[in-house]
Amino acid sequence: MSIPRWLTVLLIVLLTAPGLATAQEGDSAEALLEQLAEASPRDTETAIKAIATSGHERARDWMDAYGNNRLSQVKDTGQIVVVLNNRGRDWEVADALTGENLGEMSRRDLDRIAVNNAIRRQLEGVMAMMDLYANDVGVREAAALDLMGKVDGAIVGDVTARIEEEPDADIRSRLELAVAIYQIEEQGSAEAISVLAGSLHPRARAALNNAVASEDPALRPAAEQALGSIEQKLKLNKTAETLYFGLSLGSVLVLAAIGLAITFGVMGVINMAHGELIMLGAYTTWGMQQLLPGQPGLALILSIPAGFLVAALAGIAIERSVIQFLKGRPLETLLATFGISLILQQLVRTVISPQNRTVVSPEWMSGSLVINDALSLTLNRMYVLGFALVVFAALMLIMRRTRLGLEVRAVTQNRAMARSMGIRATRVDIMTFALGSGVAGLAGVALSQLTNVGPNLGQNYIIDSFMVVVFGGVGNLWGTLVAGLTLGTINQLLEPWAGAVLAKIIVLVFIILFIQKRPKGLFPQKGRAAEA
Amino acid sequence: MWLTRPLQERSTQLFLGILFMALLVVSVLHVALPEGHALHVSAYTVTLLGKYLCYALLAVAVDLVWGYLGILSLGHGAFFALGGYAMGMYLMRQIGDRGTYGDPVLPDFMVFLNWQELPWYWYGFDMAWFAFAMVLLVPGALALVFGWLAFRSRVTGVYLSIITQALTFALMLAFFRNEMGFGGNNGLTDFRDILGFNLRTDEVRLGLFIATGIALALGYLVCRAIVTSKLGRVSVACRDAEARTRFLGYRVERVQLFVFVVSAMLAGVAGALYVPQVGIINPSEFSPLFSIEIVVWVALGGRATLYGAVIGAILVNYAKTVFTGVMPDAWLFALGALFVLVTVFLPQGIAGLLKKRRKPIDVGSGPSQPATAAEATP
Amino acid sequence: MSIMSELANRDQVFSFLTPTDSPVDVRHGPILYMEDVNVSFDGFKAINNLNLTIDDGELRCIIGPNGAGKTTMMDIITGKTRPDTGSVWFGSRHNLLQMNEPDIASLGIGRKFQKPTVFEALSVFENLELAMAADKRVFPTLTATLKPEHRERIDAVLETIHLKDLRDHPAGILSHGQKQWLEIGMLLMQRPRLLLVDEPVAGMTEQEMERTADLLTSLAGKQSVVVVEHDMGFVRSIARKVTVLHQGSVLAEGTMDQVSNDPEVIKVYLGEDA
Repeated sequence: MSIPRWLTVLLIVLLTAPGLATAQEGDSAEALLEQLAEASPRDTETAIKAIATSGHERARDWMDAYGNNRLSQVKDTGQIVVVLNNRGRDWEVADALTGENLGEMSRRDLDRIAVNNAIRRQLEGVMAMMDLYANDVGVREAAALDLMGKVDGAIVGDVTARIEEEPDADIRSRLELAVAIYQIEEQGSAEAISVLAGSLHPRARAALNNAVASEDPALRPAAEQALGSIEQKLKLNKTAETLYFGLSLGSVLVLAAIGLAITFGVMGVINMAHGELIMLGAYTTWGMQQLLPGQPGLALILSIPAGFLVAALAGIAIERSVIQFLKGRPLETLLATFGISLILQQLVRTVISPQNRTVVSPEWMSGSLVINDALSLTLNRMYVLGFALVVFAALMLIMRRTRLGLEVRAVTQNRAMARSMGIRATRVDIMTFALGSGVAGLAGVALSQLTNVGPNLGQNYIIDSFMVVVFGGVGNLWGTLVAGLTLGTINQLLEPWAGAVLAKIIVLVFIILFIQKRPKGLFPQKGRAAEA
Repeated sequence: MWLTRPLQERSTQLFLGILFMALLVVSVLHVALPEGHALHVSAYTVTLLGKYLCYALLAVAVDLVWGYLGILSLGHGAFFALGGYAMGMYLMRQIGDRGTYGDPVLPDFMVFLNWQELPWYWYGFDMAWFAFAMVLLVPGALALVFGWLAFRSRVTGVYLSIITQALTFALMLAFFRNEMGFGGNNGLTDFRDILGFNLRTDEVRLGLFIATGIALALGYLVCRAIVTSKLGRVSVACRDAEARTRFLGYRVERVQLFVFVVSAMLAGVAGALYVPQVGIINPSEFSPLFSIEIVVWVALGGRATLYGAVIGAILVNYAKTVFTGVMPDAWLFALGALFVLVTVFLPQGIAGLLKKRRKPIDVGSGPSQPATAAEATP
Repeated sequence: MSIMSELANRDQVFSFLTPTDSPVDVRHGPILYMEDVNVSFDGFKAINNLNLTIDDGELRCIIGPNGAGKTTMMDIITGKTRPDTGSVWFGSRHNLLQMNEPDIASLGIGRKFQKPTVFEALSVFENLELAMAADKRVFPTLTATLKPEHRERIDAVLETIHLKDLRDHPAGILSHGQKQWLEIGMLLMQRPRLLLVDEPVAGMTEQEMERTADLLTSLAGKQSVVVVEHDMGFVRSIARKVTVLHQGSVLAEGTMDQVSNDPEVIKVYLGEDA
């Protein structure tokens, strides 16, 4: 491919444009840049066009750098460089022509090639056109999205031309939308409104709003109708988004509470240090990333067993050192474990730092799943949601299908009887507590992907976790799942009109009242065992 | 009269004797000795001691419900803070036009938030009698509503502890909001005078200290009167065998409600006396940590003794003062360790140690005071 | 030992046991009337169409194998458990299903638990004081003072239950048998119209059992007594009318002899015992 197709299109545009300057065919890239660097503000436009039509493989990069104030000229040599990092006194630069990294250079030796907003606008248009012809679908799609509301008289012809050639249907419809917006806004075309109907792009909505406001009898009725259908669609998407956030918050609650559902619900041990076990899990993730710098994904995956182990061991230590001596004294257990939570928090503050630590999200977890223009679901929340469900399923399996689960249920229902049947109750206690604590560690690993990791991490979740367990019905894992997801969703549904803090307060008050109506939660245990 | 009955007890006489002696000694050492004298008690120390006495009263209130009723409230800080806010609102309105913005009615923070008029719930707080009544009524009303809902549905034990904690947590979040009209994050502060006396003078500080001492004495007396009455024994009965008490014909939930409300009011009084002495009230008093800290004071002192609560509150807070001065980082370690050690090794607290000395065999975990003193008086 | 001589004299009721005036209307016969009562826990039918009538002043023994629903029946009468269906009346005026435990207790139904439950932190004396019939609302309780006649009554009961020497000791130090007695003492202090006594002689010596038997039979007449017991010897010694419960409903009713000759009963219960 000697001369790309888009280039010919562009050439035609540029050649017909007024004030066209003389970018000689075959000008060396160096000369093109030279021209840009030395151009007076009036000539800059010409210089840009010259570069755009040059077909140089780096032309796109240059313009990008130029628009971002990163194109500079070395004072002594006149060499044009791209600034890679402009922090501090010495800047890291690369040769604009070859892309070769030239290392650091004092910023005093560099002359920035000035750019202003008018130039930037021009650059954007030119770059968008270049991108529209890129080979990579992703680049083309982003460029099409970028054109929304930016199509003007200068490029509308090119864009329309491109629509015919674009192989991807999605991109085509986006381009059509962009052109339609132009047609409505600049040409008052009523037919174009039908293109906008159903589109969720905010710019499309703005165009329709303007059309409604314009009082133009030709536009108004159609625009109003289109707007109505868009609003309805938006509302639906908004609800879906709220639900997603609600489920996401709910899954966090479930994760935080499910370990508690084991230690508190099944064993009847009040562990106020549960939040700090979550914190330990989160710090394990952080620590793992410190051990494996540059591999956040691997570190995260390794953190899952490591976080479980660390928290489980801490749990065993707590059980052996304190809780076993306080059997049958739940209120004392509560106080003692609260003391432990204080110690653990302070330990982290002293040993690591009182400041929050950032845990990096691996690439495959960042970003979001774009459903449409109004709805995109962040991936990390999706992973956490899935993780919560997997952990829940695994716990159900352990409690229902394994020997340990059977022994746990036996010991909790009748300790003396279980012992006389040869079950080592103490060992079961330790195992159960370790399991509950380990799950708290898993919650910590997951939470590290959503919030800051700090000494107060656990504290923020302990009250919520207890609320979830109590709301769901103590001793019932299903109850915990339902309660967590419900409370998370309620919280998110309330937030838009009550605000985050008030929503939380309302939820707390709701639970307090609910517990008084149904002291045994959503799914109470019945019968003789529950009476005791 | 049932209220004065405890005055005939040796233990109450001893407690009140020591308390009044301490008040007297501190006052004399503060007033009579010149500054710089080795035994002079500074105004700072007087206020600090006054703060301890407020905490002591709060601890007595918690001990009343925890020790004698078996209700571990992890939300008593809320009642304390509400009493404190009632007092703070009165003190705010006493500032009048002397605030930074000089508004005769609106407190500074409201002017700052561009509020045009006083919210309705601030009405009346310019009158001392009204504010002081609210000190009792607001915590009492909250305890009444909350307790009525909880005890009626027989929410007790750990569940109750957890929801009391949620209660104070929710209140903390609420008071952090500026829209609530209680100064948000910063709370209420910059007080000037109380009942016309300048809060910043040493005399008024000493007066507040003595007032706190008297409040503690009265609070102790009220609690003692309750626990030595037949109702006190019914409380213990509820604590140890709730169902059995019901089958004897007692309305357990009403007993619990009564004691809980009394306790909340005492906590409110403690908070009200605390605010003018420390000069500020903010939402941090609602924090669950503070409420649970109160419980450890009681646990250390020995529950179900009342005087143990006083000892525990003063000891722990003295230790806190010392620690945070010398090595602040170690305080939370010490506090955490205290929680663990007291519950595991010293379930009866310091009072338990004292008792053990006096009589070698002590049965049961409750207040096994001999049933003679109380019944002796017809 | 005036009490003991009183005990021996069975045609007379102890002065301290005379019931207080109670609003219970027994003019129409039974003091307790249960009809078609059903309770199930998680699908398990603990009480199945139970019909039971206790006459005023009657002494009734209820026997039945484990799980027959004896304790659940008591739970229903005292308001601890609400039945799914059926009706329970105390006298002809009071529907027990609409009342809570304290109301039922103040109405005059006293209960002794299977596992003796006394207030361990309180002294023996205080246990009896709390049980004593009195105004049990909060404020009267707060201001209550012990009058000399109350003290005498408590002392009299202390004598009856043989715990005079342990008067000021915490109830926690009592032996199992002594706790049983204390609980019976608490029942006596309550002066109920209807006593529900769940396994009163577990953990007692032969001699104590005899005394309990004497006490219970002496109560009958003025008060109605329902005794649930496993010990057949004991039942035989006090029983006038026996009800056999089986799988939550009445299997047989009659004198001890009638019941123990009932083939159904022999099959399910007395087979190995009688």
